[in-house]
Amino acid sequence: MAYALQQLINGVALGMIYGLIAVGYTMVYGIIGMINFAHGDIFMIGAFISLISFVLISMGGWGTGPGAILLVLLVSMAVTALYGWSVERVAYRPLRGSFRLAPLISAIGMSIVLQNYVQVAQGARVKPIESLVTGSVELWHGNGFAVSISTMQAMIVIVTLVILAVFTWLVTRTSLGRAMRACEQDRKMAGLLGIDTDRTISITFVIGASLAAVAGTMYLLRYGVIDFYIGFLAGVKAFTAAVLGGIGSLPGAVLGGLLIGLIETFWSAYFSVQYKDVATFAILAITLVFMPTGLLGRAEVEKV
Amino acid sequence: MSAPILQVRELVMRFGGLTAVNQVSFEAAQGDITAVIGPNGAGKTTVFNLITGFYTPSAGEILLNGRDGQRALHNTPGHRIAQAGVARTFQNIRLFPGMTVLENLLVAQHNRLQAATGFGIAAVLGLGRYRAAEREAVERAKHWLEATRLMDRADDAAGSLPYGAQRRLEIARAMCTDPVLLCLDEPAAGLNPRESEELAELIRLIRGRGCSILLIEHDMGVVMRISDHIVVLDHGKKIADGTPAQIRADEKVIAAYLGEGDEDEAPAPAEGAA
Repeated sequence: MAYALQQLINGVALGMIYGLIAVGYTMVYGIIGMINFAHGDIFMIGAFISLISFVLISMGGWGTGPGAILLVLLVSMAVTALYGWSVERVAYRPLRGSFRLAPLISAIGMSIVLQNYVQVAQGARVKPIESLVTGSVELWHGNGFAVSISTMQAMIVIVTLVILAVFTWLVTRTSLGRAMRACEQDRKMAGLLGIDTDRTISITFVIGASLAAVAGTMYLLRYGVIDFYIGFLAGVKAFTAAVLGGIGSLPGAVLGGLLIGLIETFWSAYFSVQYKDVATFAILAITLVFMPTGLLGRAEVEKV
Repeated sequence: MSAPILQVRELVMRFGGLTAVNQVSFEAAQGDITAVIGPNGAGKTTVFNLITGFYTPSAGEILLNGRDGQRALHNTPGHRIAQAGVARTFQNIRLFPGMTVLENLLVAQHNRLQAATGFGIAAVLGLGRYRAAEREAVERAKHWLEATRLMDRADDAAGSLPYGAQRRLEIARAMCTDPVLLCLDEPAAGLNPRESEELAELIRLIRGRGCSILLIEHDMGVVMRISDHIVVLDHGKKIADGTPAQIRADEKVIAAYLGEGDEDEAPAPAEGAA
């Protein structure tokens, strides 16, 4: 029981990171109907920007307290957003109106470009960082097993929830969010109502990239090591999360992320760690057989 | 007499070998209801698509004399055409079905909201200026909800409204962009006689607000009753242009609708004329 509870905490903290990345996949899919395969690498860029900012900030002697972490988070969000914007501007926008596979191939190309760029610029070695957020709180003690939540895990959960709350408010309550949803449902019509659809799409990439940057920062703090290749697996899993939740659905992406995190953690805890990815993807496949549009996805309605 | 709101000059649109619109010129006067009629396949909707930026014409000019002087619409991208003051509705309704009725009307005011709030910066920061702009947008939406009798459905999903209400909502949404020229593509299609009478009322009300109207319509009852000016197209060419009385008496128009004939009556609705 205590063991299971501990796994639940671990799983939720991991799932939040996947959820943050998954939101980026699902948003872009919703608005332009393409899978942005470079999004995992945008997450990796976010992690690297955080690493670089941490090094700079600690060299500048501004310490490593909560203020520094917040500053790093903001810097990473801003710079990564710039990357997300540029990728869309350079690799996707010129292909808009082209056949569906073109931007997809372009996305795979951007993914390789970003990976290789970081590999060359930062080196291929694994980059470690000292743990900045330490300590934990013991929640419960049962059967000789202590259930605890680390400060790090608590931080991941709280930061993610705050970011997602702001983001949900943005999408559901503001004019910008309405414009985004309008573009999602009928881009041509949105244009006829005076909405600059290109700009709205750019903003979508900027928001998706800054959420990925938050995930990258959390990943860096949690695991303490990153390399140029982390974007691949994290990207694939977040994409899986988005599909599992129902691609195009924002709550679905978060739910999917949480599920993937939980499945992975529980499988590793009770069965074998080696097979955790096999298990995750098997469950995805089975779910899709029975629910082809994912958990919260809605069936595509034919436009007449 | 001020300059016409819309001037179409020698407009040509070719799709491959097919010339859908061939050397069409006409004008729509300021404050008038101008109808574009013609048998199915005459090129009416293509003309609309050219005016609203869906297509780029193969040749010719479309000039709008809007609030800020003359604007050439034939080389303006879609969202700028809306900003210049042209709004339209569709033959097959194109609402945002997943958004509420009110949201559909607010989306149409996105531009004004953005401009009023420093392009979203103020919105993100939740500043007072944004709140005021948003309140104003809701007021404007309410005004058109009342005019189209959709007030009690404001919070329902647009896709769940009955057909006639969706038609009215589409007009309300177009009006929320604050246009100088409203283009209606078969607004009476699928409406019963009572509903099309109400529609005619609504169109007159809109014209009364100083918005000029360009109308494609098959329901000749509606067209003859409310139009100030009628342009007749057939096979991509303009065959007549004049007041309802002139059009009713025009031999070429009667021939186009009924084949060569000697009917004196106004042309019947052209359902079978494809």
